[in-house]
This record gives sequence, structure tokens and C-alpha cells, in this order.
Amino acid sequence: MADLSTTFAGIRSPNPFWLASAPPTDKAYNVVRAFEAGWGGVVWKTLGEDPPIVNVSSRYGAVRYNGVRVAGFNNIELITDRPLAVNLREIAEVKRAWPDRAVVVSLMVPCTEASWKAILPPVEDTGCDGIELNFGCPHGMSERNMGAAVGQVPEYVEMVAAWCKQHSRLPVIVKLTPNITNILAPARAAQAGGADAVSLINTVTSITGVDLDLMAPEPVVDGQGTHGGYCGPAVKPIALHMVGDIARDLPGLPISGIGGISTWRDAAEFIALGAGTVQVCTAAMHHGFRIVDDMIDGLSNWMDARGYRTLADFHGAAVRNYVHWGDLNLNFRTLARIDQDLCIRCGLCHIACEDTSHQAIAAQRIDGRRRYEVIDAECVGCNLCAHVCPVDGCITMAPQPTTQPKLVWAQHPNNPLRVAAAAE
Amino acid sequence: MSDTAETAGDIAAGRLKPAELAANFADAHPPLSPHEAVVEANRCYFCYDAPCREACPTGIDIPGFIRRIATGNLRGSALTILEANIFGGSCARVCPTEILCEGACVRLAEEDRPVRIGALQRRATDWLMAQDPRPFTRAAATGRHIAVVGAGPAGLACAHGLARLGHEVTVFEARAKPGGLNEYGIAAYKLTDDFAQREVAWLLSVGGITIEHGRALGRDLDLAALRRGYDAVFLGIGLAGVRALGLAGETLGGVRDAVDFIAELRQTADKGRLPIGRRVVVIGGGNTAIDAATQARRLGAEEATIVYRRGPAEMSATHHEQDWAQTNGVRIRHFAAPHRLLASGGRVAGVEFMRTRLDAAGRAVATGETYTLHADMVLKAVGQVFVPDPVHGDGTLALALDEGRIAVDAGRRTSLPGVYAGGDCIAGVDLTVAAVEDGKIAAASIHRQLLG
Ligand SMILES: Cc1cc2nc3c(=O)[nH]c(=O)nc-3n(C[C@H](O)[C@H](O)[C@H](O)COP(=O)(O)OP(=O)(O)OC[C@H]3O[C@@H](n4cnc5c(N)ncnc54)[C@H](O)[C@@H]3O)c2cc1C
Ligand SMILES: Cc1cc2nc3c(=O)[nH]c(=O)nc-3n(C[C@H](O)[C@H](O)[C@H](O)COP(=O)(O)O)c2cc1C
Ligand code: SF4
Ligand code: SF4
Ligand code: SF4
Repeated sequence: MADLSTTFAGIRSPNPFWLASAPPTDKAYNVVRAFEAGWGGVVWKTLGEDPPIVNVSSRYGAVRYNGVRVAGFNNIELITDRPLAVNLREIAEVKRAWPDRAVVVSLMVPCTEASWKAILPPVEDTGCDGIELNFGCPHGMSERNMGAAVGQVPEYVEMVAAWCKQHSRLPVIVKLTPNITNILAPARAAQAGGADAVSLINTVTSITGVDLDLMAPEPVVDGQGTHGGYCGPAVKPIALHMVGDIARDLPGLPISGIGGISTWRDAAEFIALGAGTVQVCTAAMHHGFRIVDDMIDGLSNWMDARGYRTLADFHGAAVRNYVHWGDLNLNFRTLARIDQDLCIRCGLCHIACEDTSHQAIAAQRIDGRRRYEVIDAECVGCNLCAHVCPVDGCITMAPQPTTQPKLVWAQHPNNPLRVAAAAE
Repeated sequence: MSDTAETAGDIAAGRLKPAELAANFADAHPPLSPHEAVVEANRCYFCYDAPCREACPTGIDIPGFIRRIATGNLRGSALTILEANIFGGSCARVCPTEILCEGACVRLAEEDRPVRIGALQRRATDWLMAQDPRPFTRAAATGRHIAVVGAGPAGLACAHGLARLGHEVTVFEARAKPGGLNEYGIAAYKLTDDFAQREVAWLLSVGGITIEHGRALGRDLDLAALRRGYDAVFLGIGLAGVRALGLAGETLGGVRDAVDFIAELRQTADKGRLPIGRRVVVIGGGNTAIDAATQARRLGAEEATIVYRRGPAEMSATHHEQDWAQTNGVRIRHFAAPHRLLASGGRVAGVEFMRTRLDAAGRAVATGETYTLHADMVLKAVGQVFVPDPVHGDGTLALALDEGRIAVDAGRRTSLPGVYAGGDCIAGVDLTVAAVEDGKIAAASIHRQLLG
């Protein structure tokens, strides 16, 4: 059985599965249930200054895709709506009762040194393992110059991180907002401010849908709606990209990966792309805490099968293969291959390629029976057919042998700048 | 044979309690809930050049209508269906989908479980029927008037197509109710809640169609006069005759044609009043035999046995139908042909069967070995036949036949100019959906003829 224990920015947990700061970590009741279920850690629902904020009724929107529920999830909730003292007392109690689990406290207070300086000591007194600075919430709090309003300005990120390092001995994790053009800017700022780690992504600014009867964005609050924060399976690709960028370009900065993680496989992908721990919110909100069982033994079974004893054995293993487009080999060729025995003759590969790609799959009738055949000379290896084919393993992409050496864009004959480069 | 005499003729009504009968004759396949329908619709791959569509005799754009269910466009879905098949509602219930659309579904190749096309078709058409009492529109009146003979699926599909094109249609129907075998023949649990009548009434809402009941061709009307009186004539008169066993005693009490038994059953609202034998023997190998035996069991027959002269593969009843009968406690015996009807007191008491085997040509031949089954009721389901007399009239009209039925070309034109035919009265498979296609094609041909 593989060893799943982690030490992340100095914080230990028996496994890398943490619950993200959100309703699942709102209070002791939830967190205790989560720990009983086996979660390795929690980031407590974001604390703020008293008086607590007020939430609206009607808070979540969700995207259904082809009958699948909660493919994407959106919320217009704010930070905790409970008094600070209650949260602090519960955090202390829970940490005392569960010393082996990671208890990180998420914080969001106004962007002044006094506010941060005031909240840090009582938080530290709870015995928690670290703090996470919520610079990500894209709605409600940003209008009050908190959350994403801070996270979108690298100078503020650096400044607040520095205050926290200065006024607290706790490890500082900066939670980044994806609602920014280049994630490296705030990540670098966090590092410059002395942060011990970053976590990402927070939610993506979104409207999940429009109620066509009420003519209002969802979720509808008394006939009106507002933009919210998007998360769940739909945002995983966005999160992976941002995690990968930081892992590649800021090596050594610990990353807690968040965004659409629902299974052990999602977690393994984040870890391979550089995440040290992973955080989960939507999947738990969809199915309850019990999903962690499969996350734990799924990851460990996969690691055993691969011969990975610890997470460190594959942590970041995919980062070296995450390159810029200009580093890709333009001499590489792959071709679609259809397994005619598996093919169910739905024609989807043909129509997709015919209408929208390279007219490289011929639709034939042989003795009345449909047959779909790749025209190698036309196939550019785009993968589209393999993605649309409904049968697992029916269309595979076969890399073609080549005698040519690797050729990147910088050297390609079609690149006008190549000439200049050669002339230099 | 010792107990035959004492128990022969045990035919009685009310063998089951009203609640049991109600359950037995309720919808055999209840409709999908809205949620189930969306989940099922999302199983459809939206195939290109979809094999299911090709396997539907009416060529419904199946991936197109299913996708519309998935997206919540139920009106669009139902209209897609009805555009190709105006009897989409009854076809959804009665089509042997396992040998049609669903039998061609690519999901079958993948996982042995096709998309439930029939059930989805029902979801969409039921929705529209409930939502819109009058969804069809008509083109501007053409002033042309067409006679349709027979208000079955073929005749009404033709009439509806013509009415939508702006023509006026008079339908002559021998029976008291429209619908043909949808009303008088299909198994009761396939078309519940008076669906046949409700569907016809809904279709007639298009306007321009008048049905004259109790008007039989050959008795009250003749073809020559219809040709003179109308711009075109469509014949959709089905199969009026039934084959006999060719044995002595076919008129014995307790011996009936299965189609008559079913028609009576369909027309009796209170199933508790229908007399049914304790032991029922059904002779034949088609869907009529299956339906008769299954409904006999559901009326409370203690035993219902289908006896067919060849093997399971030769039965015209589909594999699915055979399974269904067996699930209903019907016993199917193969390779035996009726040899002698046994009587007791003027009533049938049993049937002596001759065991058969297949010869090299696939025909059943007698082996000389016999066995006897006791029977209180014998239902004959050995085939229906086309009776040409009504169309031949006084014999001066030369309406050509093909395989004993009315000969037509691809446009459903008969050998007589201006006369069209379709449904069971022409050669081809005898299915509701095929009859609808014939009516649809004939309407288009007639329209071309009239405007051409
Ligand atoms: C017992 C039974 C069960 C069946 N089950 C199924 C099933 O589950 N699924 C399926 O797809 N198919 C089934 N079929 C077949 C299907 O019912 C027929 O193929 C279909 O009804 C044919 O339609 P039609 O319009 O040609 O003929 P019919 O439905 O027979 O309609 C013909 C109409 O013409 C009228 N008519 C006849 N002669 C005259 C005349 N001389 N003058 C005026 N009117 C006349 C009749 O009264 C009738 O209304 C079944 C058939 C039977 C007998
Ligand atoms: C209802 C809801 C409330 C959230 N509240 C907070 C919060 O208070 N603080 C925070 O840092 N992130 C908050 N988030 C963002 C999540 O912590 C997480 O970053 C995001 O949901 C992506 O992860 P997921 O795809 O697993 O849900 C919230 C998310 C949801 C769905
Ligand atoms: S998409 Fe796949 S299953 Fe469908 S026709 Fe193409 S190869 Fe066959
Ligand atoms: S009409 Fe019958 S065969 Fe055609 S799609 Fe509908 S259920 Fe299938
Ligand atoms: S064959 Fe099956 S999966 Fe394909 S379009 Fe038809 S119903 Fe859908």
C-alpha cells in the first residue's frame, strides 16, 4: 500500500486530500464528519471581521450537461456568515481532537495592515496548522475591495502576504484567483511577499444560465441574478493549466491544486503537474464526504500498480513535458486508426471530420454495410475523430515512425523570423 | 382421453377478479417519465446516416427527434416524427422495434441494449397530443376530392396526407369505428385507454376528412363508381379473409378465428364478461397467435398452448414476441400440425396433432406420429388472406394482383389509372408502420397526379 502522507509547506496530513474552503468546511460539525470519513485536511471556510456578512437565499447555479448533473457549479455565497469567535473556538476544538489532520484557516479581511494584524494572533491561538489568504472570491467580497479585488493586483498580493508573514509564524498559503490573464503575476507576487505556498484555483467568474421564464441569470434571487463563481468538473482544465504554469515557471513554490477534482485520477493529474496537495469542494457538495474512500484507495492502488511508493515519486513528473508550443516537434505525425471490429458504425467520426476537419474519413457501403475508413493522406492527426467516437479504444491515434529529427517552429522554413535568426 | 368428456367445454367468463383483469390489460410498457426520457435520449449517439432511421419503414429522422427530446424541444420532436409517420403515437406502442429501428441501433452492437426508440417516440407524441389538440395545418383548398376505402392506418395516413395538401377526402369504412386493426386487432395491452380512437380523432382535427361508416366496397359501393365520382381512389382495405385449418369440425362450439376473438376482446370494455376456455389451444406461428394466446392467459385461461408446424426460427412472430408469450405463461410447442379436432357434445374437446419435421425445402412434413391436447377453446391463427371480391366488383375491372394481393408500383399505383392501394391489401410485411408508409407514399403520388 502506497504511502499517501504529505508535508505541504510544513503542514502534515495523512493524505493529500483536503476539503477546500467552502460550505463543506463551514463549521465543526461538517469538519468532524469529514475527518471521520477520512479527509486528510481542511481549509476552514473563510473567516472575516465581525459583524459577519449576510448571504442571500437562492445561492447556487449548476450546469447540466446531457443529463449529467452538476457538470459545473456556481455560487453567489460570501465568506462565513458566523461570528468570528464561534469559528475560532470550533477550529481550536477540532484541531485538538484531530491532531494528525491538517487544519488550515482561510482568511479575508480588508486590505489594511491593521485588519490583518488584528486577526492573525487569535487565529494562531487556535493551534491551526496554517492560513490561506482568500484572494479569489469573485463576487460580493471583491465589491468590498477584498477577495479577487486583491488577487487581481499583484502588488496587493505581495503586500498582504508580507504582512501575514510578518505578524504570524504560521505557514502562509495564498489562494489565487483564475480571473486574471496570467497566473504567474500573482504567483510571483505571493512568492515575493514571502508566502510559503499558493493554492489555486478559486472560482471562475460566471453565469451558469438564464432562466428564460423569469428572464434572469441563475441562481435567481427575487427575480434577479448576479454573476457568481464557477467550479466543479468543468473548470478542471483551467485549473490544471494554471497549476502547470506555476510548477513549470516557479519551481520550488508549493502548490495546493484546486478545481474540479472529483476522483483519484483527477488528483493524480494535479499531483503529476506539480500540486503537493489537492483540495475538493464541488465533488463533496455533490456526493458527500464518502467520495474520499475511493480517492484514497484509487490513488494508492494506482501508485502500487505503477511502483510509486510515495507521492514524491511522481510529484511533478509531468511538468518537464509541459512545454511551450514553440518547443513541440513539427516533424511528429500521428494518424487515426479505426478498429473495424469495435466500430459500431455510428458515422460520428466521418461527419465530424467531413464537416469540420480534413475530410479524412471515407463513408463507404460494402454490400450495404457501412464502413468508415481513414484516408491516411488526408489525416492530419488532429484527434477529433478519436474524441467523438463513442466506443472506447475504437479509434486510436498511431504515432508514425519518422526518420527526420525534431523540428521546432524556431527552425521551421515557414517561420519568417527563422531567416533573421540565421542571419544574426 | 378419459377426462375429456367430463371437463370438455369449460368456457367461462370472469375467471379473474376485476383488479387482476385491470392489471392484465393495462399498458404493457408504461410510458417513460420525463426524466427517464431525457436520460434515455442522451444515450443516443446522434448517429450520422443513422442505421435506425434506415430500418424504420417510415424513415423517421430518429436521431433528430431524440436529440430534440434531450434538449427539451418536445414539440419539434413530435412534429419530426409525425412529419414522417402520422401514426407515430400508435407505432411507438405497436411496432416490433426489435426487428425495426431498435434492431439496427448501433448501441446494440456496442452493449446489447439499443436506445429505446419506441418509448422515446411515445414520449414525444404523447406530449404533443396532450398539449395541442390541433397541431396540423392545411394548404389552401385545391377543390380536388379523393375517395379512400378503409379507415385503417393505411387509409387514414393517406387521407391525412391528402388533407394537409389541401384536398378533400371521403373515407368509406365498413365497420362502425375507424382505426382498422388498431381498433380491432392489436393486443389490448399495447393500445390502452382507447388510444386508437383518441389518436384518430386527433388526426382528424386537421379537417377536410369525412368518414362514412357502414359503407363497404363491394356491398354498398363499387370501384367503378368511385373512380367516376372522385379525382382518385385509395384502397386500404386490409385482409378480410382468414385461412381455415381444412379439418372437419371447424364449426364446433369453442373453435374460433383468433382475429374474431381478439376483436371481441378489444370491443369489450368489461373484460370480466368475456368467456374464455380453461385450456386454450392456439394454432399458428405469427403475432396473431402470440396475441391470442397471451390475451387468453391474461383473461384467466389456465393453460394456453401455441402449436406451430415448424420451428422457432420459422415462426413469423419475432423472438421478442415469443419471449413475451412465454413470460405470460404461454407454452409454445413446435413441429406439430393439427390433424383432427376432437368433439364432445358438439363442442371441441381437444386437438390431435401430427408431429412434423422440416424437409430439405424447409416445409413441414408429417412424421406419422401424433399426440393429443385437451382443449376447451381452439383459436385458429394460421393466416389472414386478401379477399379480392370487393375490388373486382362485377368483374369488368382488371385490377391486377400480385401474390394474391393488389399489385402496386413504387408510387402505390395499381394497374387501374387513378386507383392506389396500400397496407395489408398489397404485398409486403403486414405491419402498422408499413401501412402508414404506403398511405403516405400514395398521398404524395396522388398529389403529383392531380397537380401534374
Ligand atoms: C391480431 C393482430 C395483431 C397485430 N399486431 C400488430 C402489432 O403489434 N404491430 C404491428 O405493427 N402490426 C400488427 N398487426 C398488423 C397491423 O395491424 C396491420 O398491418 C395494419 O393494421 C394494416 O393496416 P391497413 O390499414 O392496411 O389495414 P387494417 O388495419 O386492416 O384496416 C383496413 C380497414 O378497411 C376496412 N375495410 C375492409 N374491407 C372493406 C371494404 N370492403 N369496404 C370498406 N372498408 C373495408 C376495415 O374495416 C378496416 O377498418 C397485427 C395484426 C393482427 C391481425
Ligand atoms: C458554495 C461555494 C462557496 C465557496 N466559498 C469559498 C470561500 O469562502 N473561500 C474560498 O477561498 N473559496 C471558496 N469557494 C471556492 C472553492 O474553495 C474552490 O476553490 C472552488 O470551488 C474550486 O474547486 P471545485 O471545483 O472542487 O469546487 C467556494 C466554492 C463554492 C462552491
Ligand atoms: S465514430 Fe467510432 S464507432 Fe462510430 S463509425 Fe467512427 S470509428 Fe466507428
Ligand atoms: S415508427 Fe416504428 S419502426 Fe419507425 S421509429 Fe417509430 S417505433 Fe421505430
Ligand atoms: S442508431 Fe441508436 S444511437 Fe444511433 S441515432 Fe439511432 S437510436 Fe441513436
